[in-house]
Amino acid sequence: MFGEPVRRREDPRLLTGRGRYVDDLGAGALEVAFVRSPHAHARIRDIDVSAAIDVDGLVAIYTWEDLPASLAEPLPLLIPHPALTHGRTARPLARDVVRHVGEPVVMVVARDRYLAEDACALIRVDYEVLRPVIGPERAAGSRRLVHDDVPGNVGAHLVQEVPSAAGTGAREAIGAAPHTLAFRLDIERSASMPLEGRGVCARWDADDGSLRVYSSTQTSTSVRMAVAAKLGLPLPKVEVIAPDVGGGFGVKVMHPWPEEVLVPWAAVRLGREVKWTEDRREHFVSSAHERAQVQFVRVGFDGEGRVLGLEVTILHDHGAYTPYGIIVPIITSTQLLGPYKIGAYRVEFSSVYTNTVQVTPYRGAGRPQGVFCMERTMDRIARHLGIDRTAVREANLIQPGEFPYDQGMTFQDGRPLIYDSGDYPRSLRMLRELIGWDSFGELKARAAAEGRRLGIGVGCYVEGTGVGPYEGGHVQVTSDGRVHVSTGLTSQGQGHETVFAQIAATELGVPLERISVVTGDTRRFGYAVGTFASRAAVMSGNAIALACRKVREKALRIAAGVLEADPRDLEIVDGEVRVVGAPGASVPLATVAVLSNPLRYAFDEEAARATQFAGASPPDAPPVAEGEEPGLEGRDYYSPIRSTFASGMHAAIVETDPLTAEIRVLRYAVVHDCGRLINPMIVEGQIHGGVAQGVGGALYERMVYDEHGQLLNASFMDFLMPYATEIPPIETAHLETPSPLNPLGIKGAGEAGVIPVSAVIASAVEDAEGIPIDRMPLSPSELFDLRRAAP
Amino acid sequence: MKPPPFDYHSPRSVGEALEILAATGRDGKVLAGGQSLIPMLNMRLAAPGHVVDINRLTELAAVTVGPDGVRTGALARHAQVERSGPVAAAQPLLRRALRLVAHPAIRNRGTVVGSLVHADPAAELPAVLTLLGGSVRLARRGAVRDVPAARFFTGPLESAAEPDELAVSALFPALPPRSGTAFHEVARRHGDYALAGVAARVRLDDDLRVAAAEVVCVNAGPVPELVDVTGDCGHRAPGTADWGAAARAVRDRIDPEADIHASAAYRRHLAGVLAERALRDAATEAAGG
Ligand SMILES: Cc1cc2nc3c(=O)[nH]c(=O)nc-3n(C[C@H](O)[C@H](O)[C@H](O)COP(=O)(O)OP(=O)(O)OC[C@H]3O[C@@H](n4cnc5c(N)ncnc54)[C@H](O)[C@@H]3O)c2cc1C
Repeated sequence: MFGEPVRRREDPRLLTGRGRYVDDLGAGALEVAFVRSPHAHARIRDIDVSAAIDVDGLVAIYTWEDLPASLAEPLPLLIPHPALTHGRTARPLARDVVRHVGEPVVMVVARDRYLAEDACALIRVDYEVLRPVIGPERAAGSRRLVHDDVPGNVGAHLVQEVPSAAGTGAREAIGAAPHTLAFRLDIERSASMPLEGRGVCARWDADDGSLRVYSSTQTSTSVRMAVAAKLGLPLPKVEVIAPDVGGGFGVKVMHPWPEEVLVPWAAVRLGREVKWTEDRREHFVSSAHERAQVQFVRVGFDGEGRVLGLEVTILHDHGAYTPYGIIVPIITSTQLLGPYKIGAYRVEFSSVYTNTVQVTPYRGAGRPQGVFCMERTMDRIARHLGIDRTAVREANLIQPGEFPYDQGMTFQDGRPLIYDSGDYPRSLRMLRELIGWDSFGELKARAAAEGRRLGIGVGCYVEGTGVGPYEGGHVQVTSDGRVHVSTGLTSQGQGHETVFAQIAATELGVPLERISVVTGDTRRFGYAVGTFASRAAVMSGNAIALACRKVREKALRIAAGVLEADPRDLEIVDGEVRVVGAPGASVPLATVAVLSNPLRYAFDEEAARATQFAGASPPDAPPVAEGEEPGLEGRDYYSPIRSTFASGMHAAIVETDPLTAEIRVLRYAVVHDCGRLINPMIVEGQIHGGVAQGVGGALYERMVYDEHGQLLNASFMDFLMPYATEIPPIETAHLETPSPLNPLGIKGAGEAGVIPVSAVIASAVEDAEGIPIDRMPLSPSELFDLRRAAP
Repeated sequence: MKPPPFDYHSPRSVGEALEILAATGRDGKVLAGGQSLIPMLNMRLAAPGHVVDINRLTELAAVTVGPDGVRTGALARHAQVERSGPVAAAQPLLRRALRLVAHPAIRNRGTVVGSLVHADPAAELPAVLTLLGGSVRLARRGAVRDVPAARFFTGPLESAAEPDELAVSALFPALPPRSGTAFHEVARRHGDYALAGVAARVRLDDDLRVAAAEVVCVNAGPVPELVDVTGDCGHRAPGTADWGAAARAVRDRIDPEADIHASAAYRRHLAGVLAERALRDAATEAAGG
């Protein structure tokens, strides 16, 4: 099973409309809408709800003043860091100042969402409009402040230095280098944009004093802790379930969202089921964005293109708040190095507040920006020296014999940035072959003769995946022979029900059909971190494998007694424990499950049949021996010492229209290494989706804020995500260098596809046009402008 | 994104619809395919007190093809007109334009007449109606009038249809002999409203020289405007006519605006490129067919 392209078991449900998302639940629930700030920066002078009181079906209106102390304070800052000297988070409802368009100010509960919105429209908020701070460059050092107590709007500032082996600093190394270049790069804002927005549905059971919350989240266990703490409920009385979730891409790992605590609070207070379903406009202005950075690069290199020193200074736009810490710029700073050995490196970032939607990780989480920086640098070096772009990369690659390779920095998990395994030169060779790098010159010349403009581009990345601290798995075999697998992290459509079942099938020797997988349900598994950082397969996959091994060991032990054999001579095949080489000497796992639980009565046929084996327990020993537990089940955790590093290299051929400046991606090739593949079909699906999002970031998506802080394209009419028609066919080749860090030898694959795409497309457009491409995304209108400005 | 409250009317005959529209006046809105109106309601950009749903008026679904051209009833969907063989034979530009309108799901609901009344300067069909010199038939209680395209589009999202009027049909005239048409556009993504688009019509005389060459540009001003470039391309055979000069004339005579997707200069440039392509194709068709 492991390694096979098994079809996704969740697809029939999800593709035929039988998925159950938060908005499908709570049919009779009261519904919530919010009055959100129409201003980017304003002081609330007064809130007048009197006109809304008469709306038929109105149940409650809450402002900040109505909140209990635990909800009135700013929401938690999830990942503090010493460099984040001025971390700031929002309150669930604004108290006095609003800092971006879309910030929640008033919560309205009504019989349905229509009526709630009618009431919202009648609530008058009197604002004193303040001047907003828009754009990181204008924010940095400005006297106009997003937060009064954050001077210069700088929330965090961090310098990391890695001297060369000889102890030279980056600036010195650049100064002494035979060649130097300096330039600036710009990357725009985009966002996760899951098709299903956020959503919360809370059921308060007054008789039982318990609360059940459904949330469209990437981390139900953490939402549970947050809700219990904020509402002052005992943890065992709160359960949080992530039902089917229509995409996350990072935005749903943020927690608790204001709505995630407000909706349960209202449910308890009103004694009713209450739900909130985010609409698209809310998602644009009230969730999170990512990507925006300005980068200043200085690089020194030798005649072969070897980088001797690299200095990058980053201005990172963090939006109005920093609830998720500074994970994104830290990842940019560290993952920028990619598969390369850089002589000496200095990276400095300032994370600045602006009056825009806050920034939290979006698939890739800072890596696309880092890779854009490094790969644009590689292309610049090649152009400067007049040598092939892949040759420059080749000259800088870490070699297979050099693993584990220590980049000398601290990664986002607080652990040293040590690459565990990889084969970068081979990956580059495979990519050149796949895309036809060496023969592209002829193709380009032939096209040019027909008046067509083609360009080829390349981009490489290394991705730290599977960050800790841990995940767990629980595996139970019931007396019907079925295997129930659960893990605490959540699914947003990745195919966990399939790959985790494949792992269990392989470890336990049970057919796939008999295995069911549950994720993100705290009733089934209470300890978890969540789904992000390409960690689900690595973390839960290994934990489930380890749990299965416990179950297997126990099954063999019990079966050995029944079959009067040595456990070492047993195997499990097709759900039966068999004595190797002795046909007929076997016992079904179902029977073993019955035997594992010494009850004196039976409920089903299997249990009845099992009684023929029972009765062997010695009369002077307890029926459940010391150190044993009833039941055929196992629980285990996987906690890695550090992240495992996946890698990949992409290439694209683009065509630019000489007249209309339209940009079309003709071919897209991917060489991908995520260690051992659990399911190549699912990995390819992840890559396809990632590349599609990458094409969005490279050519289409941007958040257009005007100088007043209004988001001008807060709808799918004007925020352009590529359709299938804009995505080229994607050719994929796999390379498998197993990770030595985990039992299954796997690395994460979830984010990979998106990471280098902007860099690759920029590289290809630059090749087609002969004009430096320094920013992403690039629209035809901008390419037209670049052409006109070119000398 | 839920609409504000409104009264919903679902008339069973055109007469009943006209009665309701007469009674509701400025406070009423006709609901046809809903592909533009429903989003506006949901975003609370429109707040009519009454919505008059005409989807049960099957008498308005007819598409008739006659010697004078194609008449589409108010309930004729984009998809229905796009797929009709007789329509394509009588006025091929309709199918060409409709294939550029949005996506199949939207074309299954959206109506040709609704698109005209909606009068979006970025839409294809108003350009087609203008280029062909068509008209829209408006009915109110006790009166019917035909408004020619040149007077129908009065501003961005504004048409000559009064609040108490129902647009019951539109006429897209057939082409005279030795004529050809083409429609070219550039959109950011497949099916998007165009950044720029050009519908062109060329008529040749008996000597197969260009007798008339006209274009209408999409997204090039507040209302679709006919640009006559007959004089610019020269009274010559299609192969030797100066389409470049005609395209330059188009570029100079339009007034596109900048938005977040494209600068005005780029739009102007595109209109020129597309005008040349469209005029050439239209002339080729005129000469060949
Ligand atoms: C995602 C998307 C993409 C689109 N892309 C394009 C595109 O590329 N090109 C394009 O041209 N269009 C596009 N459209 C719009 C689509 O073509 C609409 O169908 C059309 O604009 C309106 O037609 P409708 O029948 O849906 O009208 P409705 O939405 O029902 O009504 C639109 C307006 O016209 C009025 N109205 C409609 N019919 C009548 C009538 N018979 N009498 C009086 N008033 C009437 C309504 O009151 C309303 O004000 C797109 C729509 C969507 C949702």
